[in-house]
Amino acid sequence: MSTITETPAARAARPSDVFRTCDVTGLRLHRPAERLIKANAVAATVALLIGGISAILILLTRWQAVHLLEPVMFYRVLTAHGISMLIFFIIFFEMAVLYFACGPLLNSRIAAPKLGWFNFGLMSVGAVLVEWMIWTGKADVLMTSYIPLRADPLYYLGIIFFAVGALLVCFQFFATLVIAKRERTYEGSLPLITFGAVAAAIIAVITLLHGAATYIPTFLWSIGLMSVDPQVYRMLWWALGHSSQQINVAAMVAIWYLLGAFTVGAVVLNEKISRTAFVLYILFISMASAHHLLVDPGFSSSWKVVNTSYFMYMAVLASMLHGFTVPAGVEVGQRLRGVTQGLFGWVKRAPWGDPGFSSLVLSVVVFGFVGGITGVTIGTEQINIVVHNTLRVPGHFHATVVSGTAMAFMGLTYYLIPLIFRKKVAFWRAAQAQPYLFAGGMLIFSIFMSFSGGFGVPRRHWDITFSNAPFEQAFHPAVDALLGIMALGGLIAAVGGGLYILITVWSVFFGKPFTEADRVAGARGLPQGIIRPPRPVTVADEANLPTGRFGTAPGTMWLVIIFLAAFATYYFANWKLLSFVWKIG
Amino acid sequence: MSGRGENGGGGAPEERQPMTTGMQSPKGRWWIPAHRSEKVWFAIAFAWCMVLFAMMPLWHWKGGQNPSGIRRKVEPAAFEARVNQFVADYQVGELNGFPVVEPPPGSDIYMIGRMWSWYPVLKLRKGTEYTLHLSSKDVNHGFSLYPVNINFQIVPGYDYGLRIVPTEAGDFGVICNEFCGVGHHMMLGKVLVTNEDGTMPGERTASAEVQ
Repeated sequence: MSTITETPAARAARPSDVFRTCDVTGLRLHRPAERLIKANAVAATVALLIGGISAILILLTRWQAVHLLEPVMFYRVLTAHGISMLIFFIIFFEMAVLYFACGPLLNSRIAAPKLGWFNFGLMSVGAVLVEWMIWTGKADVLMTSYIPLRADPLYYLGIIFFAVGALLVCFQFFATLVIAKRERTYEGSLPLITFGAVAAAIIAVITLLHGAATYIPTFLWSIGLMSVDPQVYRMLWWALGHSSQQINVAAMVAIWYLLGAFTVGAVVLNEKISRTAFVLYILFISMASAHHLLVDPGFSSSWKVVNTSYFMYMAVLASMLHGFTVPAGVEVGQRLRGVTQGLFGWVKRAPWGDPGFSSLVLSVVVFGFVGGITGVTIGTEQINIVVHNTLRVPGHFHATVVSGTAMAFMGLTYYLIPLIFRKKVAFWRAAQAQPYLFAGGMLIFSIFMSFSGGFGVPRRHWDITFSNAPFEQAFHPAVDALLGIMALGGLIAAVGGGLYILITVWSVFFGKPFTEADRVAGARGLPQGIIRPPRPVTVADEANLPTGRFGTAPGTMWLVIIFLAAFATYYFANWKLLSFVWKIG
Repeated sequence: MSGRGENGGGGAPEERQPMTTGMQSPKGRWWIPAHRSEKVWFAIAFAWCMVLFAMMPLWHWKGGQNPSGIRRKVEPAAFEARVNQFVADYQVGELNGFPVVEPPPGSDIYMIGRMWSWYPVLKLRKGTEYTLHLSSKDVNHGFSLYPVNINFQIVPGYDYGLRIVPTEAGDFGVICNEFCGVGHHMMLGKVLVTNEDGTMPGERTASAEVQ
């Protein structure tokens, strides 16, 4: 490691026992940062457990053959599932990622650790308040709580507490960047991964301000102090709801680069391209609120077209760029280290038994091929007519948020356990299988959920047999089979998710400590990238790179061409489907 | 990964730097031309984004399905009164306790969503254009026509007037696909579409017991 320049004052302010140096990565870890990472990761896992149990209950109800819960309980559990997963699990984990990206990755101390604990407390109180309101039946309003459906004021207050805590962590993150720069804990520009985290944090600030603009008036409305227009509420809520998923996208892509670096020493092909793509996210992603308002009465078509396209699909362009540079970085990283055989030798010789690596690949593939393609397609103004509020919507976002974002988070956890918690990963064989079970199950779940939605099956619906309705209505007979397969996929994913919780909780609380002596070839409980970290490359290694017409990453070039073909096919098939419905306009 | 800065760090800025992972700070000047593969993909992806963007205006121009409509604010009570007037004017029968309304071709037709029913039952004619006004009396509802699979968000205080042309005769369900409270799943309405001559398709007469 190169010398770190410190001012004497800074050195005096930092006794050495506040830091430890990681023997694997050479990074210098600030202990207060480490503790905050742990706390937030544990809170995320608790939320995941609540959300996961809810998921199974919902699944067994939507599987019409089982139809487990009563209606009131179904909508209550559905509310808890959405909030626990999309808000609490994901944002707590992202707080851990933010602390990691500004502290350890920059060899820096973090700003105001005590504020970090205050924020963590505030977020936890908010989360507990919200869960309490939901489970006692005072907030049966689903995650979106569309006005004028009314929840207990404490529910809205809980969300405000949580959001303020998260917002303060973002400011702590920015302050730490200033400290690291001033104390010169790194040379040159920020590492790409931290840059990605900066993008995520900026989007988070935008998102959380929208959250304030939504929930503060809503709280006042709930205690009778002001009125809120239901359409304005929908626009503002989705500026929070969809943008928060874009925090996930930015954080997930940063984690893709990180997992690539950890597992196979994936390189950054071109800093300019990757960073520009992150900037495109910041600039255009908050327009995504429109994706949920495409068949709403309050907005003109020109507003819908401009906004739903993130202004001419510039944020989609960003994702397509990362979708190339991440696998290309893996390919080039391997080629540089001598894996040069053919177009796909780097795929064949990749460490598929490293759960960090398999998570990365599954996350990229399912997010891109299923989540990305369906997302852009169903977010097209007119195509949304045959999609809005059907099961195709959750079919899409379970492929992005669950098998994309959550899968990436899980993959990272297999590195955080040894590196941050200093424990070996328990139940190693199960850990190796976990990503395949989780992403594989989720893939089946998402696809068959989307198919059911294609038949018009509504989302957020307790009983699609309409047993107490004034009229009779039966769905196409295929729907039962589709929902059955969907449930099967969901149960496989639930096993994968359950394993993840078991493995992490067991490793962290009862696991064997990880020491330097454990880093021997074939050791169980440690991912490949920790036992034998990929060696740094030299300029001379570039002789290994191909010089053909498809550039240095010909394998990836083929993969993205296949991706584009799938994208175009699905996209135009949906226009065809739309052309069959009644004339409307 | 372990060798941050081991290779070549501290050289002259002109010195070629080895490729690094995203964990390392790039040394020297990194705003440099992209690899050829990246340039090619950038061009393809950008072109594709333009296609995606062009399709929406194009469909407004050439396509038959658009969510534009006539959109205006309306007091829920005023909309409900308008619906009642519409029912009084054109009711032709009753189905399971709901009035069946057969409006003249080309007219403005109304349906209101309220906890937890769609009111009234509409009887339309195939191949005829109507302007379908949708709104809500209370909370958000979702208008989902089955099995055509046409879906619109219904927001209280807003009137969504959509010009529709039923292109097939038959018996259609109106599912509510926006959560609207504990009776949400019971909220089911009906739209009947007759042939051009005003008769219901033969195989469907059982469900169209219009008195």
